[in-house]
Amino acid sequence: METVERSLWKRLPLSSNYAIAYAAKDSDVDEIAAYPITPQTTVVEKLSEFIANGELNAEMVHVESEHSAMSASIGASAAGARAFTATSSQGLELMHELLHIASGMRLPIVMSVAARALSAPLSIWGDYSDVMNTRDTSWITLIASSAQEAYDSIVQAYRIAESVLLPVMVAYDGFMMSHTYEPVFVSERSGLFSKYIPRKEREFVLDVDRPLTMGAVANPDWYYEVKYQQVQAMEKAYEAASEADLTFKGSFGRGYGLIEEYSVDDADVTLLTYGGVFGTVKQAVDEMRESGISVGAARLRLFRPLPYKELKSLAEKSKAIVVLDRSFSNGVQISGPLAIELSSMLNSYKMSVPLYSYIIGIGQRTVTEADISKIVSDATSRRSTGKSIYWGVRE
Amino acid sequence: MSELAGWKSIPLGAVITEPGNSRERFTGDWRTFKPVINQDKCTRCLRCWVFCPEPAISIVDKQHTSPSGRVWKNTLEINYDYCKGCGICVEECEPKAIDFIEEVK
Repeated sequence: METVERSLWKRLPLSSNYAIAYAAKDSDVDEIAAYPITPQTTVVEKLSEFIANGELNAEMVHVESEHSAMSASIGASAAGARAFTATSSQGLELMHELLHIASGMRLPIVMSVAARALSAPLSIWGDYSDVMNTRDTSWITLIASSAQEAYDSIVQAYRIAESVLLPVMVAYDGFMMSHTYEPVFVSERSGLFSKYIPRKEREFVLDVDRPLTMGAVANPDWYYEVKYQQVQAMEKAYEAASEADLTFKGSFGRGYGLIEEYSVDDADVTLLTYGGVFGTVKQAVDEMRESGISVGAARLRLFRPLPYKELKSLAEKSKAIVVLDRSFSNGVQISGPLAIELSSMLNSYKMSVPLYSYIIGIGQRTVTEADISKIVSDATSRRSTGKSIYWGVRE
Repeated sequence: MSELAGWKSIPLGAVITEPGNSRERFTGDWRTFKPVINQDKCTRCLRCWVFCPEPAISIVDKQHTSPSGRVWKNTLEINYDYCKGCGICVEECEPKAIDFIEEVK
């Protein structure tokens, strides 16, 4: 904050949901497709309030399902609007086929996801099962760990999306972040981000004077090449996400990197996770260090595209990596989604860092600093986990 | 076979920039059965023209005199470049004036 005038910001007590609504307003979105689902609902509620109060000039489209919410976002974005929507859990699942269409049509939609467990059994509480199910949809995926970061990430998301023409989702913990309040700096005046996310002409938008067709059929002679364009865009998204964060930091004083590291340099054990639980993990690291255990922590902020360079550099300075996942892919030995990625990366670089995979916080099972300390001592008693360990499940 | 464009030169996301270019795609070779209009039985009711989903039925400004001596100002013709052989016209034709002939054995 030192380099930036304090007068640019006002500091408000906000939940991550409200912080995201402020960010969408301050990003000057044109269209919001709204369908309520816990724990996302207050995002679009707040946006509706902004529109009603005349603080935001945008079209609020009330739809009858999340399938329609994403369809409306696709339509608005195809017509050149800056589109925003928000969802959680079953809502994200219902959108699934449209997620592929949004990315396939190369539309820079931004969506926030208050990460929540999936039914059945029904759970409205937080974990990352919904977000991790979207892995292969070609959406760029940021995962925030504080309300301030959620705010900043939405603004960054528009810069990334509109630069590489892929949609971006910004995920954060359902309830643990969506409904807890933190002090957040939000823009004091409108237009603060207008240079950071300028209105750009897109080559292809729906226009009656220049008719074109989007999302048409591609037969076997063409489909593969069109999908490969997305591969190239996702590769560019790595640079774009890096640039968006660095430029944001330069202009506004806050940056996060693609991986946040905490006391990792001399650590015997490095914890790697994502989302709001990182706060608990950092606290646990401090407590363990006080009792002489050399441990560090890192947090993945960009899940897609996976930041290989940063992950590799983390692995190079780690003696052992404990991955804490709040989701699992049932039926494989290493089942934590981030642990799977890390295992694959270590293997492709022929790195032999011991990898430990722990599943935590499923359906918002409480994770305390004591759990993290016990996981570290459990891990150090093993050579590796080989299989993921379902931490704290009752026998 | 001519060289197809690579990923770098295909419009982003397979956007089709030229309206109406489906006319360049000849779908006639999808056909197994071929509808053939019997001009003598045809009453020019245009049901086939209405129902054809392609559309592959043209109203042609060509006079036809039926065996009974009735003179029609127009003739209905099937454009076999696009007719997929779906048979809807055969099904819908009231006077049963369209024969459906197997082309591929």
